[in-house]
Amino acid sequence: MPSADTVDSTVGDGAAAGDVAEGEGTPDPLRQQLLDALSAELGDAVAEVVLQPGRDLWVRVRSEAWLAAGEAARDRLRCHYFSFLSVIDWLPSPFGRSMDAEVDKLLTGELRPEPEPMTHGCTGGESRFQVFARVHSMEAKAGFTLLADVPDATNTIDSWSALYGGANWHEREAWEMFGVVFAGHPNLRKLYLPTDFEGYPLRKDFPLLSRIVKPWPGIVDVEGMPGLADDEGGE
Amino acid sequence: MVALTERQQLAYIATQAADARVNVELETEGMTLNIGPQHPATHGTLRIIVRLDGEQVIAAEPVPGYMHRGYEKLVEVRTYPQITTLINRIDWLGSFANEVPFILAAERLMDIEAPPRAQWIRTAFFELSRIANVVLFLGDMAVQLGATTPVFYAFRDREHVLNQIEAATGGRFHPNFDRIGGLKDDLPKGWIAETKQVMGKIRAFCDEMEELLVGNEIFEVRTRGIGVVPPEVALSYGLSGANLRASGVDFDHRRDTPCGLVYDQLDWKVWTHPDGDSFARYWVRLQETREACNLVDQCLDKLPSGPIMAKVPRIIKVPEGEAFVATENPLGEMAFYVVSKGDLNPFRVKIRSASFNNISIVPWLLRGVYVPDVITILASLYFILGDIDR
Repeated sequence: MPSADTVDSTVGDGAAAGDVAEGEGTPDPLRQQLLDALSAELGDAVAEVVLQPGRDLWVRVRSEAWLAAGEAARDRLRCHYFSFLSVIDWLPSPFGRSMDAEVDKLLTGELRPEPEPMTHGCTGGESRFQVFARVHSMEAKAGFTLLADVPDATNTIDSWSALYGGANWHEREAWEMFGVVFAGHPNLRKLYLPTDFEGYPLRKDFPLLSRIVKPWPGIVDVEGMPGLADDEGGE
Repeated sequence: MVALTERQQLAYIATQAADARVNVELETEGMTLNIGPQHPATHGTLRIIVRLDGEQVIAAEPVPGYMHRGYEKLVEVRTYPQITTLINRIDWLGSFANEVPFILAAERLMDIEAPPRAQWIRTAFFELSRIANVVLFLGDMAVQLGATTPVFYAFRDREHVLNQIEAATGGRFHPNFDRIGGLKDDLPKGWIAETKQVMGKIRAFCDEMEELLVGNEIFEVRTRGIGVVPPEVALSYGLSGANLRASGVDFDHRRDTPCGLVYDQLDWKVWTHPDGDSFARYWVRLQETREACNLVDQCLDKLPSGPIMAKVPRIIKVPEGEAFVATENPLGEMAFYVVSKGDLNPFRVKIRSASFNNISIVPWLLRGVYVPDVITILASLYFILGDIDR
């Protein structure tokens, strides 16, 4: 996240999390406290930390520490409030960056979008899928986002359903939409989709079928917007 | 404990033994009852499979998905300004409130701040949609318990609020009024005075509901002690909004995680109730509706003048980054986790809707309750199907 007020630091190699605040004039004591407690609990398992003072905190942990991170968040950091859990597919869409414009070109064979390199979010990562969850501490009145890579070979990560009751449904949704398996989930069945549905709809390589069946007019249909040419960022 | 006399003890043992005999003789088999997908208590198409033993629920399994529209996939192929049209339809009774967290997330990524006047009008509309949404609950809860009168009052008085929303935005249910960087329009002439009158009507409606229901013996018997959610369970399931505050947890995004709205400049109170039962959930929502009227009044009194739109490029490209913004919507915490890769459309949007978490507690909560209470509990949790299925 290339913003001036972003502190980006890797504390994976045992460096104290306190280093994060040193370069920053006005640290965020609230989130810093959460981060310090989590780092003390997890040690080397913390892979990447992004702290935007006054705004938000992201912590990426190693995938084998996902369950431990959840436990630490609930029991040590007293983040008892579970907000959500989901998965991101970082694969660039094979249908182009802006699907509604590219799809008609794809159908007419004009353009095959060259595969873009896979890039990750502000906390980096290696795998295609990342699981992320949000927990909130009532005492500290602050929440943070926990992330972890889902190993590409197994597509499996530990389930949080024993930690937070609410994770049960969120993991079922993530499983049916992304095909990420949550090991130890008591009831990994389809939640929204019909039981015989095949495929994982929210994966980037799952086409939006309605646009394949009937091509979206895309840019063809759009009238030129007034002042488009002289506007910065216009295409 | 009062010591029982020997005669009372013997009588107790005798009734227990008689019950046991009857149970053995009848050997009541379990029954599976299918509530929904079409059921008046579900405001849409939620199916709940309940396994019964006599009158008692042994297991309940909600089956959502009859209305799943795949918004998380659809928003990936739409530009940022187009997305508000879709997310209006998540919680369709309080539509404007849906737009706010998404717009705030986009603004945070773009490092834009809406001008003060826009922020104040946003806050007023945020509370208006809370009133439009919760007023319906206040009447609907009674109709689920068999009292038909309150729901007509609710529809009558909600109409006043919808008229005000329509007058300013052009849409009764789906205003689509919020823009990245501000609002679509300024308020029409005379709107402020009219809205203040409407707030008076809503306050009168709340008083009416309180007289009709709170303190009504039947209502209290049907709701007190029914569907008790302890605070630690509520937190672990991610219950939010009035459901959480009715369990005694003093947490409100409007006060605790301020972002972009002006609640810190208003004088108001977060209502909680220690009981965690259906009555508490009703009571908290009733107080919150009154509080929302106060908030709207304050917003309109203190409304600053100025522009309603910040300087925003005409083609909106959101810089690369990730943002999470949560707001206290009528149904509870609504949050958007927006991942942008610097395109016209977001790379991924996780929509965290309140009802999804609120209803995920149902299997836990319905275990062991009696059939008539199932409807009470579902009504008191107050969910909107579009908010579960997204």
